[in-house]
Amino acid sequence: MKEKLEKIKSEAIRQINESEALDKLNDVRVTFLGKKGELTAVLKSMKDVLPEDRPKIGQLVNEAREEIERVLDEARTNMERRIREAKLKAEVIDVTLPAQKNSVGHRHPNTIALEEVERIFVGMGYEVIEGPEIEKDYYNFEALNIPADHPAKDEQDTFYINGDILLRTQTSGVQVHEMEKGKLPIRMIAPGRVFRADEVDATHSPSFHQVEGLVIDKKITFADLKGTLAEFARELFGEDTKVKFRPHHFPFTEPSAEMDVSCFKCGGEGCRFCKGEGWLEILGCGMVHPKVLTMCNIDPEEYTGFAFGVGLERIALLKYEIDDMRLLYENDIRFLKQF
Amino acid sequence: MNTPLSWIKAYVPDLICEDREYCDAMTLSGTKVEGFRRLDKNLEKIVVGHIEKIERHPAADKLIICQVNIGSETIQIVTGASNLKEGDYVPTVLDGGRVAGGHDGGPLPENGVKIKAGKLRGIESNGMMCSIEELGASRDLYPEAPENGVYVFQKAVTPGEDAIEALGLRDTVVEYEVTSNRVDCYSIIGIAREAAATFKKSFVPPAVTIKGNNEDAKDYICVEVQDTDLCPRYCARVCKNIKIAPSPEWMQRRLSACGIRPINNLVDITNYVMLECGQPMHAYDLSTVAGNKIIVRRAKDGDTFQTLDGQMRKLDSEILMICDAEKEIGIAGIMGGENSKITQDVQTVLFEAATFHGANIRKSAKRVGLRTDASGIFEKGLDPRNAEYAINRACQLIEELECGEVVGGIVDVKQPLLDLRQIRFEPERINQFLGTDISKQDMLEIFDRLELVYDTNTDMITVPSFRQDIECFADIAEEVARFFGYDKIPTTLPTGEATAGKISFKLRIEQKARDIAEYCGFSQGMCYSFESPKVFDKLLIPDDSPLRQAITISNPLGEDFSIMRTISLNGILTSLSVNYNRRNKNVRLYELGNIYIPKSLPIEDYPDERMQFTLGMYGEGDFFTMKGVIEEFFESVGIKKITYDPNAQKSFLHPGRQALIKYKDAVVGYLGEVHPDVTDNYDIDTRVYVAVLDMPEILPYTTFDRKYEGIAKYPAVSRDISMVVPKNILVGDIEKVIEQRGGKILEEYQLFDIYEGSQIKQGYKSVAYSITFRAKDRTLEESDVSSAMKKILNGLEGMGIELRA
Repeated sequence: MKEKLEKIKSEAIRQINESEALDKLNDVRVTFLGKKGELTAVLKSMKDVLPEDRPKIGQLVNEAREEIERVLDEARTNMERRIREAKLKAEVIDVTLPAQKNSVGHRHPNTIALEEVERIFVGMGYEVIEGPEIEKDYYNFEALNIPADHPAKDEQDTFYINGDILLRTQTSGVQVHEMEKGKLPIRMIAPGRVFRADEVDATHSPSFHQVEGLVIDKKITFADLKGTLAEFARELFGEDTKVKFRPHHFPFTEPSAEMDVSCFKCGGEGCRFCKGEGWLEILGCGMVHPKVLTMCNIDPEEYTGFAFGVGLERIALLKYEIDDMRLLYENDIRFLKQF
Repeated sequence: MNTPLSWIKAYVPDLICEDREYCDAMTLSGTKVEGFRRLDKNLEKIVVGHIEKIERHPAADKLIICQVNIGSETIQIVTGASNLKEGDYVPTVLDGGRVAGGHDGGPLPENGVKIKAGKLRGIESNGMMCSIEELGASRDLYPEAPENGVYVFQKAVTPGEDAIEALGLRDTVVEYEVTSNRVDCYSIIGIAREAAATFKKSFVPPAVTIKGNNEDAKDYICVEVQDTDLCPRYCARVCKNIKIAPSPEWMQRRLSACGIRPINNLVDITNYVMLECGQPMHAYDLSTVAGNKIIVRRAKDGDTFQTLDGQMRKLDSEILMICDAEKEIGIAGIMGGENSKITQDVQTVLFEAATFHGANIRKSAKRVGLRTDASGIFEKGLDPRNAEYAINRACQLIEELECGEVVGGIVDVKQPLLDLRQIRFEPERINQFLGTDISKQDMLEIFDRLELVYDTNTDMITVPSFRQDIECFADIAEEVARFFGYDKIPTTLPTGEATAGKISFKLRIEQKARDIAEYCGFSQGMCYSFESPKVFDKLLIPDDSPLRQAITISNPLGEDFSIMRTISLNGILTSLSVNYNRRNKNVRLYELGNIYIPKSLPIEDYPDERMQFTLGMYGEGDFFTMKGVIEEFFESVGIKKITYDPNAQKSFLHPGRQALIKYKDAVVGYLGEVHPDVTDNYDIDTRVYVAVLDMPEILPYTTFDRKYEGIAKYPAVSRDISMVVPKNILVGDIEKVIEQRGGKILEEYQLFDIYEGSQIKQGYKSVAYSITFRAKDRTLEESDVSSAMKKILNGLEGMGIELRA
């Protein structure tokens, strides 16, 4: 009996070792360990064994079964590993073949610039407000301290619909709409399209975009204006950006200033990009003129504020080194794809 | 405004600074410098040479050999110039020197032209004698220079001395951008005052004194201002025994540097005073002034007048004229008349220094079509107090230049001058406003330099008349800030009540539209708001369509930009056309921009500005691709169950491939394939698909709120149905039936096959759906599903649909 078991066992192991496929291994399992297998047959023939020998034979049968199972499992594991390795080896691809892109569209550079500006000011507690593009003279000029005869009205070369209604030349009118609502304090920015009667060329467009900013509160100072816009410039152009404020004139602010930022290409050393100046002109700003506050029923003795206006195209052209403004309105996909 | 730095320094004598330093400091104190130009740029080793001997060149007819004394030695120079003679003094550039440009007067090379000794046709030449163009100047500014040839000094010079200095070219011309509020800075005196305050030096303007004779101007001329609203002040003086001659060199050089051509002493004096004082002057030949009388009055509509440039000008009743007893002799503030022009023979001159209504001059100049240096200054609105100073300055120069004899007295017709403005001095408020801590003393020092007079008794600041821009507290604060230095003001952030930053819901929806469009492969374009009225024809829009009721711009750039768009399609189609004609493949663009719908025409109030989300594409994809983008968008803004109505009747879309997009009963947009006639009009030779969503119509239904509905725990049951459907029935109609009749357990339905063709009888199509049922709270019984299916099938059969096995 013992010899028979040894024989079965060694035959099984031989067959296992000769197996080259998983189904062959399975056949071996069935042949030796299955219900009709050889070991089962041995167990079935126990009735022919002397009762006192039965535990011993039983133990031998179990040992043989365990041994066969162990070898079988080991063989299966090895075989599965080999098969996987072979499969992986066969599946090598050329990773330098072209990518299959999802062809996501691209945002207009103006919008990218706008979203940057919005992100910065919303983070500082400003609300984004909109105003009408077709505007009344009062909001575009008069309420901004630009009376009927003021040369600014000519300089800006306004598109008129009629004597009283025009295409806004600046987003500053949104300030007035907002102040008229009578809710203080105000911290707002107003992005939008503006229009001026300029012929189209590389640096002019009859339609472009501005972002207006306005803060009205008690005790707002010129220093606050400087601090806020310096922070804005650092956020927009990088931590090392320096700013310079130059006196200027706008009818609706007093004092007024223009803000330059250190050239972000050369860091202020002077380069072709900043025409050797080291500085780039970015925006106009100032303390809200007391006359403007008064016209909006805000007491200039109690409240002060600052306002600023940024040209979005200017920022987009600078940031992305776009050398012709016409590209922004042609919508050539080869241009848009670069943003 | 261009001025030579030397002229500024003449009135700020202690000012010593480099060009760059000057320009930076002036910019930072508010007189913005646009740029500066050194007149002696690239002029090196150029001295006065004295031509001692001229000989012919043995080998070239057109060349001469000159022996030129340059002080230290005599050198030989060969030249082709034909205007030279022995004894001439000429600017001579030595070996190794440099000149600014070529003798042709073309654009100046950045680094000039290097001059080296060499041989010309075998004869040694050790330098070059220069034309005025080679020195970077022009005959306009040096009228004595010959048209072709070497510049010859007309004044006494010494061989070897610096020729550039002798020519007055050791100077820097500074270009300023003067802001419109600073009328006073359109003058040398104004800028010099700012420079003095900027550099904290004393300001020494020219002191005006006139001898005058013992006659009285009133005996020569009588002035009557009829339209005092347009002429607050008119000063007149008379000079006789005029001797016309060139003005002295110093005056010529100053005018030249400002870009004004010297002409003769009289004309030069008026120009000089205009530059120096910012007060335009006019000179009339008194013998041409009929009745020795000046009348200032408006012209009559339809009058014509010949200005001294010889042109006939059309006048109207808002144009102010200077007249004599009989006729008009000048357009006030713009240009004098041909009929009173100064000639070489003038004996007696009438000087005019007046102030006119700025806006009137500006508008008149525009209508007359003549904007002169004078009108450009008058239009800013001049200080009436300056007129008297300027006319006296002109008379002083007449005497100094020995140009004539000044008649005593002045004829001065003026409206009462306004009192000088007074503003309270509030140093604490200024500091509070600026966020600074500037001492009262420092502020007063700034005021002093600007001639703002502080009275300790009244605590008031008196504003000089030339500072018309200073009106209130904030203006005073600005003066303090400018000269304290904007850069020294601290930087802080606003204190006070915190506010919440936010973006309006409308803008958030627009952001979402951009996101979805881009995910779907569309890039953002930007189009103009104004376009041509021809667009309506291009889009085949019927003549009676309300879309043609557009707002018109009264002064457009041209007809192509003359109406405010009422439909957004033209922009996107034009952009697609640009791409198509540049052979860009598979282009997908979108735009978010307004259309402008008038409430009435002509408009009296704000029009309705409606944000349009417009998509357009050609290349890969079709109608259903576009439809997919639309549905992605609606899903993302919480709108479900959009429907499509094929009866859109859009003339610009393919009649069988267009649909209105509806939500509930509202039309929220449309989509379709563009009509081939329209794509032809845009030069696009392929199918184009567009969609336009009217955002204001959509906005009320949008939401970012979502509610979790649980993930189904119980199994679903699916049934497929296959139908033969009359062709005219839309799958949308079938879906409506499924939806209405499927009951609560209907989960979803999906079209999986649609077929028209030979296997299906004429006029029919085959349609197959897979319908899925599921209950939230239990496993469905067979009977639940079959009763729901039965209802659906009954409904479909009612529509004439045949069910297939």
